This record gives sequence, structure tokens and C-alpha cells, in this order.
Amino acid sequence: MTRVFISRDTVSVALGADEVAEAFVHAGAEVVRTGSHGLFRIEPLVEIETAQGRIGYGPVDPEDVGKVLDATHPHRLGRIADLPFFASQQRFTFARCGAIDPVDLDDYAAHGGWAGLDTARALQPGEVVAIVKASGLRGRGGAGFPTGIKWQTVLDAAGPEKFIVCNADEGDSGTFADRMLMEGDPYCLIEGMAIAAHAVGAGYGYIYIRSEYPSAIATMREAIRRSADRVAPFTLEVRVGAGAYVCGEETALLESIEGKRGQVRAKPPLPAIAGLFGKPTVINNVLSLAAVPFILAEGAEAYAAVGFGRSRGTMPVQLAGNVKNGGLYEIGFGVTLGDLVERIGGGTESGRPVRAVQVGGPLGAYFPPSMFHLPFDYESFAAAGGLIGHAGITVFDDSVDMARMARFAMEFCAAESCGKCTPCRIGSTRGVEVIDRIIATLPSPLVGEGGAKRRMRGSEVRDTSECPPHPSHAFPLPQGEGESQITLLRDLCDTMKFGSLCALGGFTPYPVLSALDHFPEDFGGATALPVAAE
Amino acid sequence: MGASAYLDAIRRLMPRETDTRGALLPLLHGLQEEFGYIDDALVPHVAEALNLSRADVHGVVTFYHDFRRRPPARHIVRLCRAESCQARGGNAIEQAAIERLGTSMGGTRADGEVALEAVYCIGLCATGPNAIINGKIVSRLDGPKLDRLLEQVTA
Repeated sequence: MTRVFISRDTVSVALGADEVAEAFVHAGAEVVRTGSHGLFRIEPLVEIETAQGRIGYGPVDPEDVGKVLDATHPHRLGRIADLPFFASQQRFTFARCGAIDPVDLDDYAAHGGWAGLDTARALQPGEVVAIVKASGLRGRGGAGFPTGIKWQTVLDAAGPEKFIVCNADEGDSGTFADRMLMEGDPYCLIEGMAIAAHAVGAGYGYIYIRSEYPSAIATMREAIRRSADRVAPFTLEVRVGAGAYVCGEETALLESIEGKRGQVRAKPPLPAIAGLFGKPTVINNVLSLAAVPFILAEGAEAYAAVGFGRSRGTMPVQLAGNVKNGGLYEIGFGVTLGDLVERIGGGTESGRPVRAVQVGGPLGAYFPPSMFHLPFDYESFAAAGGLIGHAGITVFDDSVDMARMARFAMEFCAAESCGKCTPCRIGSTRGVEVIDRIIATLPSPLVGEGGAKRRMRGSEVRDTSECPPHPSHAFPLPQGEGESQITLLRDLCDTMKFGSLCALGGFTPYPVLSALDHFPEDFGGATALPVAAE
Repeated sequence: MGASAYLDAIRRLMPRETDTRGALLPLLHGLQEEFGYIDDALVPHVAEALNLSRADVHGVVTFYHDFRRRPPARHIVRLCRAESCQARGGNAIEQAAIERLGTSMGGTRADGEVALEAVYCIGLCATGPNAIINGKIVSRLDGPKLDRLLEQVTA
């Protein structure tokens, strides 16, 4: 019987993979549901097992089954690993994603699974921590704090009870690597958590998954059930969020697991000292924990050999938004932003010029193409006024209105603020109002001249349909009002940045200020000077 | 709904291990799944079952976007409003849905049948604009596709 591999990743399913799989079953094929390889342009992807290996076809419609089976389908892609998109990657964490049946324990073991855990359990906890330190692994969820140091703190903390918490509250727009890994290779995360548990002496772990990821929740629960004996005495549990973005912040997440409102805690104490239920707690992102099995199995040096500067190893980069080859691309740090967007991403899907890319989710900075020379690395991005965050890259074409995006950032912060600290709670609402006043000073998109030139760029139809005219357009504000409001906005951002308790209020200024700095023409200012010479 | 139905449900949905810590969110999820929303009348029973104050439970129910305090509309259309979907024409889809359904974002149609809600990212950021329509995730929305889907919902 012909064996056929079809992804059950949410993206593939949303694009019709279930119907395609059903059609193959009807045609008498044996269908194995895998995760996605991460090039969404070719989903639903069908791979047929042949003597030459798996041959891919995609995208495939349910009515094309016959053509795929007799190898006459026009979307024949050959071996997926040979496609340029995949051939240029270094897949440490996502090596199995797309290849295996996610919850098949034998498949996992046959593809190198559990080697890291077996290595770790043959070592003393301190030795495991030393290996993670030597690998240079830094937190893949945001700020890039060294993972090994965090583990060392928990290992050294006194107490009979410790916890491993996985932050799977991947709420940033433009990021989906956590979801893909949990849906496509859940044992990799489980193994990483079991290694962490051995390294610090924890017996119980929680995976906090956002409720917007029902498929990831179901897959993780099934995988936890099936692997319970393998990871025992370590025990795992899934906790489901309830639609609060701020719970991606580690201390808010701990509060939420404890059954409280997801409000941030002031630090110190660090969660490593007094975390979940007041106990020493390792809290890491999905990608940080999922990187650990490779490090233990292949050695710290193999991991650290890849990367750039102090950013070691690989980063699963997520190419999102208006981009042709959108998807997951795992590569060592150091590749330039332009390479990621233009060469690998293929530019915009709309075919229009790229105007802005937001890196690191809704709290990340917007960069213009003149900054595409930036190497993808924590320090370089920080120096350029941005952050890598969870490595989501959202591409916008030239129809984007950056004043509107800046307003959206403030609006999002206002909607999602936990309310505990004033700069975030009130500052974000004031921020929306100030940006509204700035927009009100601008000539209306349809009647303006001169300064409105930029706002006229792109599609006029889009301007009318997507940007309901602000009510204040009818009441033009005094000359110079825009400028003073921009000063006020910068001042407000400064207050939020340095006065907020957590990253939500503290980082919202990144998208706002970068939009102002790099796209002043959208706020009624002079065109930005190219900064390519930097 | 009578108090006894609530007490039954709470007993049934309570995490099996009595020492399970932080049981409030799992319990509320379970109750919402069962009743469709968290009735204010449930709050004192939940508080008592978990040895919390009513204010604690009320605070949690009202903090999280997922928990509803009223019965939901029969059909729920959730549109992604986040940046990646905006970059792919999400704003036009949002406007079209608002016009088509005759309700605002966050509102329910006059007949109470269809609600239009915002969601901020469902993790399909390269194939947007995305929506969750009655629990089913749909990707690469355009005008005609949206029309077809809403027709099924509003028929």
C-alpha cells in the first residue's frame, strides 16, 4: 500500500489538509499525519513514500489525488529537504517536525528522541546545567537571558519542591513556532522539560498553553499521556490560558496557573527563587526547552558552534505577514534581516515593495528596508532600538500606514494591560488619544496634498475601506499641534518604558517610537533620512 | 439554571486530586464548556468549592477575555485583528464582516444570533487574514470566501 504523509498542523488543516487526507484514504493509501515542515506556500503538502525517498507535491487539492498517486501532478516538488528553502536551514530543534507522526513514540525514538534525556540522567544535575551553560543557549522567548544561569539559580535554591514551567502562551502576532513544535513534535518539548527537571531537581511541570491553540493543547495532552512512563518520576500537566496576552509575561503566567488574575509580580524575588506557589521555578519558553534535547544529545559545542557573537545556536525564525515564502525557517544567528525578508522570504506576497518589517511581535520595533543590513542577533537588534523577541518577522508592503500601526500598538497595550501599574494601564490609553490627535492634524487621506502624499501612496480604495476617517478630520487642529503632540508622545513612551513593571508596558514604546523615527512622513513630519550608512 | 445543577457540575468537574493547586481556571473552563457561560449565580458556589472569596472568583472571571458572563450568540465569528493579518488585508476583511453582519466588532447582531469578536493572533501568521468561525479555523480569507462562510453562518 502506498504510504502518504500529510500534515495535521493547524495551518495545513486551515488550508484543507483534512479533506486531502480523506481523499487519499478513499483512494486506498495509508495516510500518516505529520507536523508541517513550515513552508506554508506548499501546504497542503503531500509526500509519497518511494524508493527514492519521500517525494512532495503541493499545494494539493482533494480532487488531485489520482494525479499525485500516478505522479502526473504539476506541483511535483521532489524531495522536500532539497528545496532551497529547506536546504539552507540548520534544523536543530525542528529536525523532526514534518517528518514524523507527532504522537508516535516509536517514530520519535527512531529519529533520535530521548537520547538527550538518557545522557542527562546519566549525569549529575550540576553537570547538566554546566552543559546548558556551555552551549550558550539564551531564552528564546524574549529578552535572551542565559538559560543555564537560570537553571543554576534554581538548582542552588533550597527547598524540597521545585517546578518546571513552560511558557507556551505564544501570543505575539507573527509568531507560531511554539504552536508548530507542540503540534508537530511534542515529545521534543516533553524531553526538554524532563531534562530541566533532572538538572534542577524538580518533580512536577506545567505547560501553560494559550486557549487560542486548541490543536496544540490536544496534541500535548495526548503526548503527555503516552510518554508518562518514559519521563517518570517527572510528571507533567497542561494548563490552558483564557485569552489574556499579558499571561505571556512570566510572573503573570505563574499567577494564572495559581488560579488568579494574570497580573504581573514585581521582581525580586525572581521566579527562580520564589516562583510557582512560592517555590523555586524554572520558567522557560517552548523553544528554549525544545533546544535542550539537541544540546544534551549532540554536545554543547555542536550547538555553540553555530551562531553570531553572543547569540549562539539556531533561531527558529517565523516569516509572517505579507511575505511570499511565509513559514518557519531555523538557522544560526547572524543572517541579515534583509536576507530573511528578501532572499528567503521572497519579498512581499502582494508583489509591492517592502516598506516595514516588525520584528519580535507586537512589542517589537518596525524597521525600514534601509536597515536590512542588521545581523539577526540579540545585541545588534538591541543596539538598533529593537528586539528579537520570539523571532517573528512580520512584513508589510508600501500600503501600510505607520501612524495607524503605532496607534494599534497603544490600543493593543490598553486592551491587554493587566492594570497593575499606572504607566501601562493609563499610559497606553493616553497614547491612543495622543496618536489620534496627531492623525487629526494630518490632511485627510482623500483630500490632502503635499504632506498627504505618503498617505495617498498605496491603494486609495484601501484607505477608504480600511481607515474610517477619524472624526477629528472635520475639525483641523492649529498649526504646530502635531509637533507638540509628537513631543508629548515621546515623553509618554519614555515614562512607559522606564516606569512599567513588565514588558507589555515597557516595550510598547518600541513599535511606537520606531514608527515615529523611521517613518516620520506618516506622522506629518519630513521624510526619514536613509540610515544605511550606519 | 438551578443551584443543584451548578453544584452537580462543580462536583463533577472539580480536579480529581483534591490537593490540585490553582484549580480555578480549569474549573471555570469546564463550567463554561458545560453551560456556555459563567453565570453570576455560579460564582458563590465556585468560591465555596475552592475555599476562595467571591471577590477572588469574580475578579478572575472578569479578568480573562475568554470567560463570558452572558449566554453566547448561536454563531461566533472571531476575526484576527493582529499585525500579521493586518499586513495581509485583515482590515478590509474586518470592515466587510462588520457590514455584512450589521454589527460592530465585539457586538452581537440585533437578533442575537451572530456575534463578531476580535482575536489577537491564532498563530497562522503567514496565511492570513484568519478567522475562527464556530470553532473552525479558516485561513487566507478574501471577500468571496468570507461571504461564503458568513452565508453558512447566517443562513
